[in-house]
Amino acid sequence: MHLQRALVASLVLVTTCSMAACSAIGGSDEPTANETTGQIKDVVLVTHDSFALPKGLIKKFEKDTGYHLVVRQNGDAGELTNKLVLTTNSPLGDVSFGVDNTFASRALDNHVFEAYDGTLPAGADAYRLEGSDQVVPIDTASVCVNVDTAWYAAHQQTPPQTLDDLADPAYHDQLVVEGAPTSSTGFAFLLATIAAKGDGWQDYWTRLMANGTKVDAGWEDAYYVDFTGGGGKAATRPIVVSYDSSPAFTIDQASGKSTTKALLDTCFRQTEYAGILAGADNPAGAKAVIDFLLSPQVQAALPESMYVFPVADGTPLPAEWAKWAVQPTSTLDVSAADIDANRDDWLNDWTDVITK
Amino acid sequence: MPTVTTGSTTGRTSSRSEPALSTTRRWGTLAGLAIGPVLVLSVFFLLPVGGMLARGFWPHGRFDLGGALETLARPRVHRVVWFTLWSSTVATVVTVLLGVPTAYVLHRLRFPGAALLRSAMLVPFVLPTVVVGVAFLQLIAAGGPLGGLHLEATPTAIIAALVFFNVAVVVRAVGSSWDAVDPRPGQAAAALGAGPLRVFWTVTLPTLRPAIVAAASVVFLFCATAFGIVLMLGQLRYATVETEIYQRTTRLLDLPGAAALSILQLLTVTALLLLAQRTGASRISSSGTTTPPRRPRRTDVPAVAVTALVLALLALPLGSLVLASVRDGDRWTLANYRLLTSTGGKNALLVPVTEALANSLRTAVDATWMALLLGLMVSIVVTRRSHGRAERRVKAGLDGFFMLPLGVSAVTLGFGFLITLDRPPLALRDSPLLVPIAQALVALPLVVRTIAPALAGIDDRLRQAAASLGAAPWRAALTVDLPVVIRPLLAAAGFAFATSLGEFGATSFLARDEHPTVPIVIYRLISHPGEHNYGMALAAAVVLAVATALVMLVVDRLRTARVGAW
Repeated sequence: MHLQRALVASLVLVTTCSMAACSAIGGSDEPTANETTGQIKDVVLVTHDSFALPKGLIKKFEKDTGYHLVVRQNGDAGELTNKLVLTTNSPLGDVSFGVDNTFASRALDNHVFEAYDGTLPAGADAYRLEGSDQVVPIDTASVCVNVDTAWYAAHQQTPPQTLDDLADPAYHDQLVVEGAPTSSTGFAFLLATIAAKGDGWQDYWTRLMANGTKVDAGWEDAYYVDFTGGGGKAATRPIVVSYDSSPAFTIDQASGKSTTKALLDTCFRQTEYAGILAGADNPAGAKAVIDFLLSPQVQAALPESMYVFPVADGTPLPAEWAKWAVQPTSTLDVSAADIDANRDDWLNDWTDVITK
Repeated sequence: MPTVTTGSTTGRTSSRSEPALSTTRRWGTLAGLAIGPVLVLSVFFLLPVGGMLARGFWPHGRFDLGGALETLARPRVHRVVWFTLWSSTVATVVTVLLGVPTAYVLHRLRFPGAALLRSAMLVPFVLPTVVVGVAFLQLIAAGGPLGGLHLEATPTAIIAALVFFNVAVVVRAVGSSWDAVDPRPGQAAAALGAGPLRVFWTVTLPTLRPAIVAAASVVFLFCATAFGIVLMLGQLRYATVETEIYQRTTRLLDLPGAAALSILQLLTVTALLLLAQRTGASRISSSGTTTPPRRPRRTDVPAVAVTALVLALLALPLGSLVLASVRDGDRWTLANYRLLTSTGGKNALLVPVTEALANSLRTAVDATWMALLLGLMVSIVVTRRSHGRAERRVKAGLDGFFMLPLGVSAVTLGFGFLITLDRPPLALRDSPLLVPIAQALVALPLVVRTIAPALAGIDDRLRQAAASLGAAPWRAALTVDLPVVIRPLLAAAGFAFATSLGEFGATSFLARDEHPTVPIVIYRLISHPGEHNYGMALAAAVVLAVATALVMLVVDRLRTARVGAW
């Protein structure tokens, strides 16, 4: 009796498994275009986890060029760069987007990219990586200190303005930052302080820590848990390290105004590049993808798809961005070569300072 | 190995007349069953990890241990190793201490809602680290409900979270073994005057020991390789070997250092497995008999109290998560759930969350049958009665071999896939099968650890009796093994399914982007600024949790439907 039931149970299990297995393996194996027609060629874009574009634009690209775009996301910018470096003798695809100025020189030193000879839209040249025709700027965003202006209004205090203000006892226990080794946002902020303070950056961080600065692992816990402008119920800190575009996402429904603002004297600029991968199967397709990323339609879609600013001049911004996402006019910069040469030391020294 | 036969059959009655032939056949069967799983593990684990280690130890094409040794000599690395060891040990001990009484209450006592609680227990196991991390942080932050406990950036917070994630492993593995424990020795002891505690201590506990040790070793490996949660709750004051490897591989491209740490991980895992084998290897016979769960008594109060504590630990972060997913400022709303059919606020995602859920379920089905198939083969191999030391050693070695994926960094494995499975005949790095296979490998140790103790508990004499009564081997397996193994098998299926649904580490390195799973989508939503992204991530996490609980409920139904028949 019980054996029969056991048999039935296992039979049910096995049948469901095998049935669903067919659907699963079959279902996830999308026939690629060249399998179905034998004509259309794949072009493989290797990118980071933040990559997103409206489906319509991608469809249009495929229709216009005749290529089938395959997107492979590979972690954050650091992970992506290291994967590209480790696979130079059998590249992961044809073209890459997402290596930024904090990792670019590592990619260039390891000959990840081939030269791109297309023309850049007006304005994009300003974002070029010095001395390189291999990486093409696609978008830019700055990491800036953000303050919760609504909180300061409610507490009748003047918000801080500069990096030095953050170490002022008046703002004790108010700042939350991301860890430089664990978060690219946190690393960008560390670079901003290095650019501003030079050799004195460790002293500056000692003062920040003495002033009650909290260090979180990532942007999401800093912004959503600890930053009073991020909606967290337990939040107590009105200053956070985030982006110049962040104020566009904190619009108060009632007043129509943003409740936060970015401090434009505290910013480090991140630029993301695309490049044709050396040894690509489909270099022509790779070039087409870069042209596509620089096209007016994609440039205009960047803010709402990936929360970054376009590099092409004259690209219209979404209304909320135009009003509330203010870009810094000058930024605290460190050269790509310096970053790559010192990354290990800076991260070690930073960790020593904050765990003291 | 001719010596095997001589020292083997120690006076036990054997139906085999020609030892030499049966030895050959035995080794043949063993090899036949083992070859499949061994091959899979070699291609999808040894090769990639070996590839990364090789890059680390041969940095410029020449063998050079300098970088590796330099890493191991750093004081910071010593601190990291020490923290990993002690925090995982404490978390494992706490998980077992809380898990065993909870297993008893949820599996051996009859009360309304027990089945629901049993399936809900597995929910934390599948939730993405980043969501749970945020939920925990909101509870313990200075302004949060538990702010008064000052748990921020403490080892206590990390350990509490590790227990949260892993208690289900103990409850499920131990609980399903408990269901299969032969009640008669306990009843005999009670009839002879032993109190309930004494019966537990002298009869039940020794019977459960293999299951407890097995679950504990899995939990230890999960804790020791925990990654995101340590970073989030430790707020960078605490780092583990896993976080170091991640940083060296993805940030610094210090492959020699990462390889040195990976070797350290492998050695620790091996040492742990040897220890577990020493303490856990006991075979107490259990037949297919079992007693149905009974009503709680006064003596069950302590166990019920522990269970209540565990449930509170699980419910607090989960509750706050659910609550936050239906709130927008001060309003109640289901907007976050409605958005799940879209691609995020403004195309934040490549596919809607609903599609990701379908991907997740499909992948989980594949991963489950793969894990069960491999797991069953491995379990049969490692539990078959050994004839002699060599055979026993080989089996113990195999058993440990399949635990290795749990103890090795997902980063190392993920990068390894890219650099080793890149050309024919193993041009697999873009294959859609990679994701379910990787998940099956992660689930495999859990499956083996759930099935093997039950198989090991079967008295070999029953099989011999069946054989001498003329039953063919398949018939003996059907009548002797299957009734005992069916419950743990279903429990294992549930485990494998849940593992696959929640797996993030390996999946995030492998998932093809047109087919992301839910944890991947949640991660993408929560880690990027955007109007509704945070709310959608929470809603998606709740949907994942509910889907998991439902699946577990169905599996449990299958598992317990037959209790009355016994």
